Amino acid sequence: MTTATRVAVTDAAAGLLARLRRRHGELMFHQSGGCCDGSSPMCYPQGEFIVSDADVHLGDLVVDSDDDPSFRVPVWMSRSQFEYWQHTHLTIDVVPGRGAGFSVEAPEGVRFLIRSRLLTDVEWEALRS
Amino acid sequence: MTVYAAPGQPGAIAEYRARYDHWIGGEYVPPSSGEYFENPTPVTGQTFTEVARGNAEDIERALDAAHGAAPGWGRTSVTERANVLNKIADRMEANLEKLAVAESWENGKPVRETLAADIPLAIDHFRYFAGAIRAQEGSISELDEDTIAYHFHEPLGVVGQIIPWNFPILMAVWKLAPALAAGNAVVLKPAEQTPASILFLMDLIGDLLPPGVVNVVNGFGVEAGKPLASSPRIRKIAFTGETTTGRLIMQYASQNIIPVTLELGGKSPNIFFSDVASSRDDFYDKALEGFTMFALNQGEVCTCPSRALIQSDIYDQFLGDAIERTRAVTQGNPLDTSTMIGAQASNDQLEKILSYIDIGKAEGAKILTGGHRAELDGDLAGGYYVTPTVFEGKNSMRIFQEEIFGPVVSVTSFDEFDDAMKIANDTLYGLGAGVWTRDGATAYRAGRTIEAGRVWTNCYHQYPAAAAFGGYKGSGVGRENHRMMLDHYQQTKNLLVSYSGQKLGFF
Repeated sequence: MTTATRVAVTDAAAGLLARLRRRHGELMFHQSGGCCDGSSPMCYPQGEFIVSDADVHLGDLVVDSDDDPSFRVPVWMSRSQFEYWQHTHLTIDVVPGRGAGFSVEAPEGVRFLIRSRLLTDVEWEALRS
Repeated sequence: MTVYAAPGQPGAIAEYRARYDHWIGGEYVPPSSGEYFENPTPVTGQTFTEVARGNAEDIERALDAAHGAAPGWGRTSVTERANVLNKIADRMEANLEKLAVAESWENGKPVRETLAADIPLAIDHFRYFAGAIRAQEGSISELDEDTIAYHFHEPLGVVGQIIPWNFPILMAVWKLAPALAAGNAVVLKPAEQTPASILFLMDLIGDLLPPGVVNVVNGFGVEAGKPLASSPRIRKIAFTGETTTGRLIMQYASQNIIPVTLELGGKSPNIFFSDVASSRDDFYDKALEGFTMFALNQGEVCTCPSRALIQSDIYDQFLGDAIERTRAVTQGNPLDTSTMIGAQASNDQLEKILSYIDIGKAEGAKILTGGHRAELDGDLAGGYYVTPTVFEGKNSMRIFQEEIFGPVVSVTSFDEFDDAMKIANDTLYGLGAGVWTRDGATAYRAGRTIEAGRVWTNCYHQYPAAAAFGGYKGSGVGRENHRMMLDHYQQTKNLLVSYSGQKLGFF
C-alpha cells in the first residue's frame, strides 16, 4: 500500500516548529498566494485562521522532537488555489529572512518556505482514490 | 550617469539615523519592550539601521495618540487639510533626490525608478487628493416640498494601514493621502523588510501634520500588525499583501464589524496581438519595452506582467526581439542611475524566486534567458540579485499561475482572440493586464473581456493618480489611486429634515 502525502517538512523546519509550539501552542499552516509574500506558507496558532469549506486540508505534518512526543501540524490551502496546485507535493522548509504577514516565525529572523515538486503518477493515483 | 554615495558613506545625500523609534503623537517614542530589530539593505546584505520592535502596547499607545488627534483633524476645513497635503508634496519635491536614494537603499530598487517614478508619483498623489477633497461635494435630495435629505461626508475616525515592502513610500502614500484628505487619523505599520524609509519621510514632513494624525509603529506582523488589524479601536483597515493574510485581516475585521480594503496581487497577462509586429517602428519598440516591464522593480510589483501571451504568427520573431531587449537590461548597483534592475528586497524573497525557477524547470518549462542568481562583485556580492528570466511553457504550469514576485516572465502563444482571453482569465486573480495592438476595436474588446481591474492598453506599469487601481476576483477589494478611495475613508451622514409645521397624523 502506498502512503502518499501531499505535504512534508524538513528537519530544520520541524525543529523550528517544535520551538514555536512551546511558545504558541498547537500550530497550523495556511498556504498563501498572491502578492508580496504570496506563496509563503503562513504558520499560525491553531484556530487563529478560520478554515472552512473554502479550504482543502492537504494533510498533517508529523513532527518528532527531542523533548516532546511527536505532534501534528495541519496544512491548509484555499480550494480555489488547490485547483492549480493539486498536482504538487509541498515540503515546508525554513530560510533566513524576514517575511511580512502574521506568520509566527518571522520574529525569529527566519521564514518558512515551500519546496515543491510534482507528484509522481503513483502518488497522484493513490491520493485520488 | 550618476552614482550616488550610499547612506553612511562620505558624500551621501541621504542619511538614515542609526536607530528609529516609533513615531507616535508627533515624536519618536521608544518601544515599550526596549527591543529593536536590524534592518539590512538588500543592496549589500549589510545592516544600516535598527528599528523599534513594536508590540500590542505600542499599538495601543499609537491608537491613544490617533484618537486624541482624530476629532480635531476631522473638523478642520477641507481647505486646511488640502493645504497640509500640498505642503507635504512641496517638502517632498524639495527633497526628491534624497528620498529617492533613501528608498533605493532600503528596498534595493534602482534609483532611476525612485527618481522618475516612486517619489514623483507619491508627491503627485498628495496633490491629487488635496484637489479631490476640495472638489468633493455632499448632496441634497428634495424629497418633497418640506422634506430634505442632506448627505455629508464624514471621516471614519482612526484607521489602520499595513504597508507592503515593494514600494515602501509610494504604497504608504497611496493609503495616507486619501485617509488624511478625508480627515482621518492613521496608525500605520510598515513592512518589516522596509521599516525605515517611511520614517525617513516622517523626519522630513512630520512638522507639517498635527501630532497624532499620523503614527508609525514598526515591528513584526504577529507582534504589531495583528494587534493593529484586530483592534476594536480602528474604524477601517487597509492592507496590501498576500491572500492568506488578507483573509485573516478580513476575519479580524468581521469580528469588529469594520470595512477593509485589500490589494492582494495577481498574475497579470501581457497580451501581444500580431499587428504589433506589422512594422518595426516606434510602436514596436514600445511593445518590446512593454514586454520587458516584468523586470521593473525587480518584478516585485503586484501587477508584474509575469505572463506574456504572444500571438502565434509573430511568436518567434517577437519573442526573439523581446529576449534581446531583456538581455540588454543592466543589472548592478541600485544607486547608479544607469542601473535598470537592482536587488530583490530580502533574502527570503531571493530564495522564493530561485525555488520557483527550480519549479519551472522541473515542470518542463524552458529557460530562454536568465534563470539564476546574479553574482555581483565587491560590496554587492552580499546582495540579493536575480537575472531577468524568461520561461517558455504552458499556462497550466505553476510558474504561470503563482505570483513569483521576481523578474521572471512566463511566455506562451495563442492562436485567436478567444484563446488569448481564455488564457488571460484562467487565473485566480484579476489585478492588472496589458493589451498591445494597433487595432482600436481589438484593444477595446480585449480590455472589456479581461477580468482585471486595470487593463493597460498599449502601455504598462503606469500609475498616475486619477486612474483607479484595484482587483477583480481574488485580487482584493477597493480602488486606490482615485478619488473613489475617499469613499473608503468616509462614512455618509444623512440629515433627514422636515420643514413642515404639520404632524404626520399617525398618532
